Amino acid sequence: MSATPAGGAAIASRAGEIVGALPPRGSRRRKRSRVARTDPWTVAILMSPWVIGFALFLIYPMVASLFYSFTRYDILSPPQWVGLLNYRYMFTKDPYFWTAVGNTVWMIVLGVPIKVLFSVVTAVILTRPRKGLRVYRTMVFLPSMVPAVAATLGFVFLMSPKNGPINQLLRLIGIQHPPAWFFNPTWSKPALLVLALWGIGDGMLVYLAGLLDVPRHLHEAASIEGAGAWQRFRYVTLPMISPVIFFSLVTGVIDSFQYFTEAYVASSAASGQSDILGTPQGSTLFYSTWLYKQGFSYFHMGYASALAWILFAVTMACTLVIIKTSNRWVFYQGGGGIIR
Amino acid sequence: MRAKLVIAIAAAAVLVVACTSGGSGAPTTQASVSIDTTPVTLSFWSDFSPGGDTEAQLQHVFDTFHAQYPWITVKPVGNKDDQAIVAAINGGVPPDVALSFSPDHIGKFCSSGAFNDLQPYIDASNVDMTQFPPSTQTYTQFDGIQCSLPMLADAYGLYYNTDLFAAAGISEPPATITQLTADTKALTEFNPDGSIKRAGYIPWNGFYGEWGMAALAQSFGCPWFNEDGTSAVNSDCWQQAFAWQKEMVDFYGGPDNIVNFLSGLGDEWSPDNGFHTGQVAMMYDGEWRVDSIGDQAPKLSFATAPFPVADANSDQYGSGVIGGNLLGIPKGAAHPDDSWLLIHYLATDTPTLVYLVNNFKNLPTTNASLESPKLDLPDQFTPFFAIFADPNSSFPPITGSGNLYSDLTGTWNAKWQAGKVAAGDIGAALDELAQQIDEQSQLDTGP
Repeated sequence: MSATPAGGAAIASRAGEIVGALPPRGSRRRKRSRVARTDPWTVAILMSPWVIGFALFLIYPMVASLFYSFTRYDILSPPQWVGLLNYRYMFTKDPYFWTAVGNTVWMIVLGVPIKVLFSVVTAVILTRPRKGLRVYRTMVFLPSMVPAVAATLGFVFLMSPKNGPINQLLRLIGIQHPPAWFFNPTWSKPALLVLALWGIGDGMLVYLAGLLDVPRHLHEAASIEGAGAWQRFRYVTLPMISPVIFFSLVTGVIDSFQYFTEAYVASSAASGQSDILGTPQGSTLFYSTWLYKQGFSYFHMGYASALAWILFAVTMACTLVIIKTSNRWVFYQGGGGIIR
Repeated sequence: MRAKLVIAIAAAAVLVVACTSGGSGAPTTQASVSIDTTPVTLSFWSDFSPGGDTEAQLQHVFDTFHAQYPWITVKPVGNKDDQAIVAAINGGVPPDVALSFSPDHIGKFCSSGAFNDLQPYIDASNVDMTQFPPSTQTYTQFDGIQCSLPMLADAYGLYYNTDLFAAAGISEPPATITQLTADTKALTEFNPDGSIKRAGYIPWNGFYGEWGMAALAQSFGCPWFNEDGTSAVNSDCWQQAFAWQKEMVDFYGGPDNIVNFLSGLGDEWSPDNGFHTGQVAMMYDGEWRVDSIGDQAPKLSFATAPFPVADANSDQYGSGVIGGNLLGIPKGAAHPDDSWLLIHYLATDTPTLVYLVNNFKNLPTTNASLESPKLDLPDQFTPFFAIFADPNSSFPPITGSGNLYSDLTGTWNAKWQAGKVAAGDIGAALDELAQQIDEQSQLDTGP
């Protein structure tokens, strides 16, 4: 439909026709379906921007990627059908597939719960009325505004084992042999986790909103019944914010499966231009970084597409498991649940 | 109806993918020396950062080219790395000329036709390829397809602190691995607690990202591949090379001691670089370090030399790892004949190469420019000229999958130098590594 005044008048006129065509009460059901049947093109036209975008930028790339996953494709030459070769290679011969999977699983199994816990605790602290509360909330939120690349480079410097401020501080408080962080394969992923916790502000904000939405009368009722602070938190607050935790868990798992920027930047910053994957010693080689290297450095785009589809399938499976189990621990105030 | 619409879109997507994937694959260059003087603007893509002196200096070169070819105007576009070039080619909107900063991908560019085969143009223009040092042939062509010409190059060699050498009574830089080991031990100092105070030379993969498997292979003369194309990293040569590296790691007190020392050095590109500050007496680096020292540590007394080679490989002393920038005409370029004129000019015009070298502080890529009396560079550049011109200098083998074999070897080496692979198991471990490299290459060629 045109955005001009003439087009706007046409839309208003058409809207008037539709409204005027609405039947009086009692006959509304029969008359409404007749209106819908006689005007499918308006629906199609109004939906078309979304449909075109969905088709061009989601469906087509997904189908193309699926096709390429069964081919040998280097972006620059026509794809050659190889059947299941890429998938067989992935599970039987790729020397760093399971390394990448292991590192990614580490970030999911350890990183997601720690980030959720840290976000909840931080949000709880920031709900308590105190002087300067807005300043504290802003201070916690601001790091999440820093671009990931800049934040990672900053942390590589901050965590420099000998001269970095963090280790200098640790030595001041008596820890004479602080971790070598990005130079030590045992500490490189915890260093990335510390970086993630520093940027927890956006997640904290969501929990803060959920906590502030807990009805005060429930706390009051629990207090009257003799519940202490922990009991109120355990039996009132947690159930009431369980939908937020559920949302955070799902998005956190999905994000962790696709963990890329911080790992790629930290690895590059720590090793320079060296020929080491996932410096140090493969410890920061995550699934997405290995996928990226295969597709864009080694021109194995067909294999990278296969990796992408396995990632999609596993992510979908994990998400469905979380959704399936949510009935047992997610409480909705309206008494509803996941619509099936 | 909605389900049918989605299915229809998906089916159409499959049809579109099957019909439009990739390009023709085969280069279809029909070269001629252009005499068409219709005004044309050529887009020149490179990974040079826009702005500053670099942009002005490039513009000077393009203005000079324009004066010689007045119908051709060159429009430079910066911050375009190989991935951007690939995306543009695949998207059907390639630049007219592309300058790749690394030979890692030239194998794929040549074999896929992403860069046009320049041989017809070379033949039509009677270009004498012997004007380029032989080392350039190791990184500008693949499988007999000359799809690029060199424009400025790099060479790696040894930097050594002459004051520290004099204090230790060492009069000459080491030429062999044995001498390097001895000099390292003479120049290294330990703190009372056993930590490293000053290092002679540390062959640690990942130290400032310069020394790595390519350097080790060049020093020891170890081949990357056998004649049948299979990986040769499990050869006796490589075992000896890795054994030497371990000997050096053990001398320094083990990998933890080295990591503690290296992690305390300043950033590679800062004035606090470990070599600048004298914490490291010898370092492996490219010719650009000469200019960096001049800017960041002007009081440092240093010299340069070819990197030492294995004693059994001593006849190769003087050679080294080299690399450089590559000029190519991307597939689908709108004005290939005019693009060729620009490439030919940039690759062979001596005054242009001398101008760029004097400003960018890299190495010139023709014999004439290497010998030009107008080169204005510090004396420490001289060994790098010789390294680049040495017929035994080379870039690691070009493959269709970039530097995958090097990355796999380097990642294995990271575990080896950290002591995660037992010395007694090195043979089996290298056999496994060679198999991994061979199997990865099957993703290019099939089982």
